Amino acid sequence: MSYTAASFAAGFVFGLGLLVAGMANPAKVLAFLDLAGAWDPSLALVMAGAVAVGAVAFAFIKKRSHTLLGTPVLLPSPRRIDRRLILGSLVFGVGWGLAGICPGPALVMAGAGSAKGLAFLAAVIAGNGVFEFFEKRAAAGPARMQSS
Amino acid sequence: MSIAWNAFTPATALIGGAIIGAAVALFVVLNGRIAGVSGILGGLARPRAGDISWRVAFVAGLVAAPLAWGLLAALPEIRVDAGFPALVAAGLLVGVGTRYGGGCTSGHGVCGVSRASPRSIAATVAFMAAGFATVYIVRHLIAQ
Repeated sequence: MSYTAASFAAGFVFGLGLLVAGMANPAKVLAFLDLAGAWDPSLALVMAGAVAVGAVAFAFIKKRSHTLLGTPVLLPSPRRIDRRLILGSLVFGVGWGLAGICPGPALVMAGAGSAKGLAFLAAVIAGNGVFEFFEKRAAAGPARMQSS
Repeated sequence: MSIAWNAFTPATALIGGAIIGAAVALFVVLNGRIAGVSGILGGLARPRAGDISWRVAFVAGLVAAPLAWGLLAALPEIRVDAGFPALVAAGLLVGVGTRYGGGCTSGHGVCGVSRASPRSIAATVAFMAAGFATVYIVRHLIAQ
């Protein structure tokens, strides 16, 4: 199996999992985030199921420098909890709470032909562009502008 | 807090979650990478030679899943209550925030927590808290 085919397979299985779990339905995600309303705890069990299986795979790969395809293992190493991480995550959480959609489900919704999913996805891509613009400007500017 | 027992779907949540975990496992064991959707998608905003096709393939897999599902069975319900202006604002916040925060529900929430990464656990607590607070403000303060 080629590297690209493996990547497609992972994305495909991920999408099926989101559909089975009901996480491609923003109303269900928002029902989890609505602690003060009629609370649907399903999302917590989705996370639990995913982490239970994921933890085994990460424990397996931890001892190896190469994947089963013979390519290098490229896992992130930063450990610092900085302002950038927390502020970025807070901003993401506000957007997530407004729509009930995060990037994975947005792509599944786009594939399902949801116009609202597509609008959200287009805005995410525009947001990525905004980030790249400021990153490039910070990299080109004086060192004091670099945030990390 | 009252649990919506009629909406709670523990079995499909756990099974769907395990399938997501299997996708994460497949990706790290074969591709050696974190299955973080925001990072994979966001990396396409600064395309580098040799770093594009695996990203496009992963994204295409996510888009293809509902297409394949739809050939065999009816797709599960997708209900979006937010209007277009709110969706665009939310998408922009998600697009910017996930890149500064270095991940989203998949990269930090599933993969990072699976690896017991302190950074990802902190990020997950932050975006969950912001999500809970936002829904509380929108549904219980503004809508009142």
